[in-house]
Amino acid sequence: MKKILILGAGTAGTMMANHLQHELDKKLWEIEIIDEKVEHHYQPGYLFLPFDIYGPEDIIKTIEEFIPKGVSLRKGKIDKIDPMANQVKMVDGTSIAYDVLIIATGAKIAPEETEGMRGSEWQKSVFDFYTFEGALALRNKLREWDGGNMVVHITEMPIKCPVAPLEFAFLADSFFKNKKMREKVKITFVTPLSGAFTKPKATEALDHLLQEKDIHIESDFAIESVDNERKMIIDYGGREIPFDLLVTVPTNKGDELMERSNMGDDLNYVPTNKATLQSLNYNNVFVIGDASNVPASKAGSVAHFEAEILTENILRFIKNEPLKEDFDGHANCFIETGGGKALLIDFNYTHEPVEGTFPFPGVGPLRLLKESRMNHMGKLAFRWIYWNMLLKGTHIPFVSAQMQEAGKQY
Amino acid sequence: MEKEIAGKKINVNEEGYLLDFNQWDQSIGEAIAKENNVDMTPRHWEVVKYLQGEHKNNVPLSIRKIGKSNVIDIKEFYALFPQGPLKISTKIAGIPKPASCL
Repeated sequence: MKKILILGAGTAGTMMANHLQHELDKKLWEIEIIDEKVEHHYQPGYLFLPFDIYGPEDIIKTIEEFIPKGVSLRKGKIDKIDPMANQVKMVDGTSIAYDVLIIATGAKIAPEETEGMRGSEWQKSVFDFYTFEGALALRNKLREWDGGNMVVHITEMPIKCPVAPLEFAFLADSFFKNKKMREKVKITFVTPLSGAFTKPKATEALDHLLQEKDIHIESDFAIESVDNERKMIIDYGGREIPFDLLVTVPTNKGDELMERSNMGDDLNYVPTNKATLQSLNYNNVFVIGDASNVPASKAGSVAHFEAEILTENILRFIKNEPLKEDFDGHANCFIETGGGKALLIDFNYTHEPVEGTFPFPGVGPLRLLKESRMNHMGKLAFRWIYWNMLLKGTHIPFVSAQMQEAGKQY
Repeated sequence: MEKEIAGKKINVNEEGYLLDFNQWDQSIGEAIAKENNVDMTPRHWEVVKYLQGEHKNNVPLSIRKIGKSNVIDIKEFYALFPQGPLKISTKIAGIPKPASCL
């Protein structure tokens, strides 16, 4: 009996367990998945929690209910991967041998990378919303906050869901308008990039929306430290931005397991072939989702498209066939813009987000890079799709793993 | 598009980054620096040479990597090339603007 071992039972790992369970011959292969946690969180929901749009019950389910029968789930903390010996060592001393390893350990925030970020004001006036605890603490703060300078801030790229900080700023504008206190709040969006987003056409559309919503933008800001006493963020050039409420996205890093195993880059991401998703250093190791260093967005939609391609590549690998170089960096993201509207963007490694129609060229019904209520409905419907289709590895009709150029205005 | 820099016709993109490093020489770097209000000193050139070397070896450039390079720390990098140092220094070096990772 041979073994496929999956590290991490989040979005990417769970999808792979489901895909492979369908595809592999159970007489020859066993599948095991390891995670130290009990809960599976719908991470896009963290964006809505601070504004009381979603409650914890909308976001949390158990890992177990999404692992298919026939795949064994091991709960425990991994100490090290020994890729030369094809073994994973657990903290409790157990060793697990594998034939094929799939790394799906994700990425998480590392506020300790910035001086003063996790200081005396942490979760008092300095918050993150990339963790459940952070988003919940921020919700409690926003319920009673009476206004002032709100600074929405990105520490450095890459981050998970690169549009989430912008969405946060848009939703904050809506939230304070609904509470009839928008005039008491100054919202500033601070980014290390030169504009609202990483790609020119989307940046233009998003810069316009920021202006329309009276959200100030401070670009090219590379933070050096948070001054907890003076309530300032300070960049390497000495620029200071005051805050009463700082909502920051700290540096994101891959799992520390990669550092312990000597398998990561300087941010603990695993060097990965961006077209095949095979590790650059070990043939029988594959990497999916936020854990890899491929230059695609760190987002659930990317992991979903990767999963379809990686499943095929793993089947090819075990049959000794050449891998398909099919992953094109495809990402598809709804961007909440507040007031019950949203934008949709669809892009890949080489094609930036542009205007057009999706998924049917010339028809839609969704419009790309344009605000609409329909897109907002799409975003809300996505939670259902996530729990009921995406994690189970069900193909989403009309949405292909590779990006389609038809219906887009390049 | 073509742009005249230091008396030579140079191929650049719409943001002014050189499209062909073979067209680069120190006088071009000097002229681009002047346009961006940077007065080049030997220390500036040291950093520019380092960036060109990294680019030649296909090392993706980021502020974080440069901070850990032992060539220059981030504080000094900002002092030499105020406001977006990576944007400005790569333009002077005649290499592509680093793709901001998504």
